[in-house]
Formats: sequence, C-alpha cells, structure tokens
Amino acid sequence: MFEDVRDLYNATILARGRKPLHMRRLGEFDGTARGDNPMCGDRVQVWVRRDGAGAVAEAGFEARGCEISKASADLMVEAVQGHGAAQIGQMFAQFTTMARTGACPDCAAFTALRPLASVHEYPSRVKCATLPWHALMAALHGQEQASSE
Amino acid sequence: MNDVAQNFDVGRIRGEFPILGQTVRGKNLVFLDSAASAQKPRAVIEAMVGAMQTQYANIHRGLHWMSERTTEAYEGARDAAARLLNAADRHEIVFTHNSTEGINLLAHSYGRGVLKPGQAVVVSEMEHHSNFVPWQMLRDAHGIELRVAPVTDSGELDMAAYEALLADDRVGLVAITHMSNVLGTYTPAARIVSLAHAHGAKVMLDGSQAVVHRRVDVQALDVDFYVFTGHKLYGPTGIGVLYGKRALLDEMPPFMGGGDMISSVSVRRSTWAEVPHKFEAGTPAILEGIGLKAAIEFVEAIGYEAIAAHEAALTDHALARLSGVDGLSVIGRAQDRGGVVSFTLEGAHAHDVATLLDRAGIAVRAGHHCAEPLMHRLGLQSTARASFGIYTTHAEIDALADTLAQVREFFR
Repeated sequence: MFEDVRDLYNATILARGRKPLHMRRLGEFDGTARGDNPMCGDRVQVWVRRDGAGAVAEAGFEARGCEISKASADLMVEAVQGHGAAQIGQMFAQFTTMARTGACPDCAAFTALRPLASVHEYPSRVKCATLPWHALMAALHGQEQASSE
Repeated sequence: MNDVAQNFDVGRIRGEFPILGQTVRGKNLVFLDSAASAQKPRAVIEAMVGAMQTQYANIHRGLHWMSERTTEAYEGARDAAARLLNAADRHEIVFTHNSTEGINLLAHSYGRGVLKPGQAVVVSEMEHHSNFVPWQMLRDAHGIELRVAPVTDSGELDMAAYEALLADDRVGLVAITHMSNVLGTYTPAARIVSLAHAHGAKVMLDGSQAVVHRRVDVQALDVDFYVFTGHKLYGPTGIGVLYGKRALLDEMPPFMGGGDMISSVSVRRSTWAEVPHKFEAGTPAILEGIGLKAAIEFVEAIGYEAIAAHEAALTDHALARLSGVDGLSVIGRAQDRGGVVSFTLEGAHAHDVATLLDRAGIAVRAGHHCAEPLMHRLGLQSTARASFGIYTTHAEIDALADTLAQVREFFR
C-alpha cells in the first residue's frame, strides 16, 4: 500500500519532516518573517543571521504544517547557508520551477533539494513546499510576512 | 433498521449520479467531501442542459415565448425553495449566488439599514468564515458590537453563555450555524430562536450544511432569516437562497443596484421593486436556478426521513469504525450530530493524511475548513474531515477506516 507515494514521501522527506535538524528560533538574527498559506492554515516562521559580507551565516525555522512543508524548510536552511540574497533569489526561482514542473534546470547548485522534485505531481501540495522559501525571501528583504498564494 | 431505512436503496440512488462511476488513479472514487460540495444527480444535469438546448432566454422582461417559458422555469425554483423551507410566502425567497452572498446581503441591508450603532450581533465560535467576516466588517463600518457565543469542549453551543449574551437586550440579530461544517454538530435552532426573540433579537440560521441532512421548517422554527446554498444540496454552484420573513425583507433597503430590482428609474431618483426582486439586481443565475429546482425535487422525492435515517446510520457506523483506528481522535462529541466527521491522526498531519487517502481514491477535506476561530478554540491547526451524502455507503466508510489504519502505519 502507498508504494506509489514513495516518490513524494521518500526517506529524506519523511526523516526531515518528522525530525527536522534546523527547527529552532535564532537568538540573534538580522531578519525574520512569517509565511502563511491562508487556504490550508500552514504557517512557518524563518529567522536568518547574516555575516559581514551579507551571506546567510545561520538560519532556522519553526513550523506548524505537514511533512512536506517542514522537510522543505529544513532542507532550505542547509541549501542557503553561505549564500547571499541575490543568489538565494535565484535558488528560490529554480526551486519554484522544480516544485511546479519537476524539471530541475540547474540542479547541481542544490542537489540536496531534489527529494522535493516529485511534489509537482501533487498540485495541491506545491505550496507546502514553497511556503518556507516565501518566508525566507521576505526575511531577507526586511519584510515580516509572506504568503504562498 | 426501520422501514424508512429499509426502503432506502443507496444503489439505486448512486445510479443517479454519473460521476460516482468514475475511477481516480485507477481506483473507484470514494467521495467523502460532500460537505464542501456535493455531486450532481442526472436530474440536475439534464434540467440545465435541457434548458440550454430547448428553452432559454433572459427572464422577467422578454415579451416573447422563450422568455416567458424560461421565466416560468426559473420562478418555479422559487416555489420549490419556498416549499423546501415551508416558507409562508414565495416572495420570502431571495435568490443569491451562495450562502456567503446571502449573509453579506443581510449584513449589509439589515445590518446597516435596520440595526443601529450600539446594537450587537451574536455569532458562535463554530461559524464558517462566511458567517464571521461579514459581521466583523459590519462592526468596523457601522459601530455594531460583535459578540461570540462560546462552544463547549464537546463541540456544542454553550447555551448558558449564549443566553447571557442576550441578557442586556442590546442584541439586534443572532447569526448562528444550524449545523457545524467541521464538527457535524446541530445547534438547538428552536431554542436559539425563542431565547433571542424573548430578548428582542432576530435570528439568522446558516443552513448550508443542515438543509442537506434534515427537514427545515422556517415557520415551525419561527426563524427570521435562513440561508443555504444550492451546490451542497446536489444542485449547481452559483445559486443560493436567503429566506426572510416578509415584513423584515420589506423593511430592508436594497443590497445592490441595477436592472431587475427597480420599480422606476428617472435621472433624479429610482424606486425599488417589491421583494424579493428588490434584492435581485441584474440577470440572475437562470440556469442554476433551474438546476436548483431539479435538485430540490430530487431530494423531496427521496424524502428527508429516509435521508436522515441513512445518514444517521452512516454517522454511527463511521464513529464506530474510526474510533477503532489506532491513534485516531474524532473531534467533537456532540449529542446531536450529522454526517460530518472531523478527525486527527497521531503522527500524521491532516494534509499528509489527505494526500495518502487520495492515492487510494478517497476524497476528504483537510485543513482549517474555513473555521479558524473554532480550530483555535479546540487547540487544533487542522483536521481531516470525511462528510457524507445520500450516495455514501457503509463500504466506503469501511474503506476509509481500513486505509487510515494503513496511513497510520505509513507514518509510524
């Protein structure tokens, strides 16, 4: 049973969704934003601390939501480590494309995010995967709120 | 099982719903999301297609045969709705696009036109957002106080607290659901109304869910306003009903201006048509009205006694089967409840539960069900919800329970 959903609920997603490695609020941070998916009630708060050069030195999140949104947030935190806002913006665009289409034009940059590619086969769940990224982008741009709508 | 339930042939009823023969992901469709929107019987589909093919024109204004026939068919829906609710007068049936529009119409016209700043409106904690937000907007725009009647831990309206909210006689209107879309709880409508009237308040019941499952008699309830929507009652989307007592509707100013709602228009001023047309500006949802009439006749032919008996048996079966699933908690323990069951599954978020059920061909709703205040009250972010219709079978509920046990294993 459910063998056909193992593409989405693969080992990485299940592990990270259930026991995220980066689910914590930062004591010191340069930006934080809340992401809401008003249609389903999912919510994520993302914190970022940047280094002298403006790159992300540390990030963390708290989330109430499904396995997909938590796993996505957890993998995102790792993927953006050490990158600046412009680069992260590019990753966000690539990630959104991957989540919507399954295609991964420049995947070398974020191999670690590939476990989420199958979400495109579940259109109602794409927003679960992209929600933390919307919150992160808001936090990087000094905004407090974001929506995946 | 009583005679009524024995005469209820679910197989024959399912045969009236073409979509139930569809497969989803190679599996038979198990549709347990009727509380969001119900499937449509052949009678509704054929009435709408038939009108477009043989008998269609704009209504109320044409002086030609097609317009007259279409007007008759559309106005027949008003008679059907009046009969369904046992309204005293067909003019008490105002067509809207859905329940949300009916409530907004009331909040706008009765709220601003009749209620005075300083008066209060009472809603309950278990309202759908559609019966919360219009009143918050009225509060902010018109100086109306908004009071919220609490819900008990078992998911029922706290009647003592409700009565206390009425005590100062400043409440002008009570707007409360007749059946919760999350918990399946029926509210004690007759008592809600009699208590409100004793304190000088009018009452609107949101019947979006209730009218699907049990007979509603607005005269017996003595309720002042009642709203429902067609698409949950096996009818089309885009058509709903606001019932109002004639004297109250007469007192209310129009909601929207335009064609069809006027008596006369000059450059200087306009006068309004009589109710219900005063509230029905513009070309209405003609085909949807014709579809609603067919839906009401379909429900009437089966009969509310049979529908209620079937759904009570389904609900009992669902509560028994679901409570046997390890880690599953049914939300709400109301004494009087209908065919809507919300639940959480330990170790699995409702969205993940819904996605896995979908892979087994089972359609349920997951999320906050447009009832965030209730979710907050119950300390929940989201639930999964199975809801039943006249076509739901015991076997489908067994499939749900069996699959949920496997979902539990999957996430263990």
